[in-house]
Amino acid sequence: MSGVAGDLLARFGPVAFAMFVVLNLGGILTWVERKQSAIMQDRIGANRASIFGIRVLGLLHPVADAIKMLTKEDFMPAHADRLLFKLAPFVSVFFAFAAFASIPFGDMLRIGGREIELQAVTLNVGILYVLAMLSMGVYGLMMAGWASANNYALLGGQRAAALMITAEVAIGASIMGVVMVYGSLNMQDIARAQGQPLLPHLLGDWVPAWGILTQPLAFVLFLTAGIAATKRIPFDTPEGESEIIGYFVEYSGMKFGMFAMADFLETVVVAGMTTALFLGGWQVPYLQAAGLVFPWGATVSLPHLLVTALQVGAFLFKVVVMIWLLMLIRWTLPRFRYDQAMRLGWMGLFPLSILNIVITGLVLLAVGS
Amino acid sequence: MESGHSSRLSLRQRFYLLEVLTGLGITAHHFFTNMWRHTLHTVLGVKSARGAVTIQYPDERRPYAPRLRSLHRLVRREDGSPRCVACMMCETVCPAHCIYIVAAEHPNPEIEKVPERFDIDLGKCVFCGYCVEACPEDAIRMDTGILEFSSYSRAGMVYTKEMLLALESARPDGTPASPVPIPPDRKPR
Repeated sequence: MSGVAGDLLARFGPVAFAMFVVLNLGGILTWVERKQSAIMQDRIGANRASIFGIRVLGLLHPVADAIKMLTKEDFMPAHADRLLFKLAPFVSVFFAFAAFASIPFGDMLRIGGREIELQAVTLNVGILYVLAMLSMGVYGLMMAGWASANNYALLGGQRAAALMITAEVAIGASIMGVVMVYGSLNMQDIARAQGQPLLPHLLGDWVPAWGILTQPLAFVLFLTAGIAATKRIPFDTPEGESEIIGYFVEYSGMKFGMFAMADFLETVVVAGMTTALFLGGWQVPYLQAAGLVFPWGATVSLPHLLVTALQVGAFLFKVVVMIWLLMLIRWTLPRFRYDQAMRLGWMGLFPLSILNIVITGLVLLAVGS
Repeated sequence: MESGHSSRLSLRQRFYLLEVLTGLGITAHHFFTNMWRHTLHTVLGVKSARGAVTIQYPDERRPYAPRLRSLHRLVRREDGSPRCVACMMCETVCPAHCIYIVAAEHPNPEIEKVPERFDIDLGKCVFCGYCVEACPEDAIRMDTGILEFSSYSRAGMVYTKEMLLALESARPDGTPASPVPIPPDRKPR
């Protein structure tokens, strides 16, 4: 493959792959949510949607949901701001979707004389980009709350904004520790650095320096703040479908569905970020570019394409496990009250992440000297 | 925000993270045991392993107790005519006044009377079972196991003699042996 077509493929291939993964994971999460919660609660879960009697474990329910939402009345309040009201769900979904772009899902792919970074957009400030996209997402919610011409929706939008700021500060501060340890804002570099052995003169080549080992406190803080950023239980003060109604009160049909989808996409993004920053990204333990290199000296050389496939598979596997964990948390914990969420964010997560930065700095100084 | 309530929590509970992990352990344990049972059930074919307590109601039914008072039925003689002799005992004892009987002469002189009409308005019935207790002929029973009767109108809740005569006693496990009578206003479109 050569010329323009090859260039285009090399450029858009990773983008298409990332879009494919995120869209499909986001779409299938409604099914995962139903089924996983059901299994956790000794139930069966939605299994009745069928095409010609074929049910495939309830996998057709997302399809049925989509048809239902598309055929519902698309209601708009009389005094709503027409443009913002219609724009808000798209803004919300777009930024949730775009956030995934700089998360790497594989090492450099060398094929046909080309070197392709397996991430949709190669950015030197990838972490900042993801953070920016996640925080831009809240504009959609505030627009929805404001444009609905409904005080409950407005209050919900305010809560969403407050929660998002709380989460963003904690996310940014907790990530700083990771950035200090691996010395880069580029997520691909961070993922690569996590393949290095941890404390080589002490532990040899046995333990890879994954972020969860070098930055355990930051992992907990990031995960907590990340769940808050997805606006799902236990942090769903902006929405609270069951009693405190939120910013999408006035939305119906597919626009309502898009807000729900934005939450799912954000779940995928947070899972992807956690994987890339703390779980070694696409790293497979003892798998290096040439093949498996075990610490006891054995080596198995593998072809480059297989190594890449293993790495991409490992990344997807880790993301799925993280999504499972996020779902588990969502279906285990009760919702925080608004003041509890704020207190946890500003008096718990934020100071702790500052403390984490200080400790990391001291340890780095001690190790470096 | 300091209140008596929060001070009753222990330090471990206030730290919350360990409690969260405990909770996650419980739910994850449920998840994995149920997943294992589902796998046994569907993949390995161990039908006794059930991963869920769900009874998928229209397809499966919870076994009913034999003494359950369900939809009434009129017991038939061997020739198919009702065993009822239209003595009006059930109509008299019924606290809800939901039974309506019109008596007629029976062709057999040994049998005193026969109901020409025997209507039960299930919209009024309180399922006390007094009619079954009162009947001297064991002509009315509440053992069909049928609990699903509904209608779009009050008139549809009135079950006539013919409908009640067509019903059978429930199977030993309590599941209905005869189909649920469908009132005229609920016929499939």
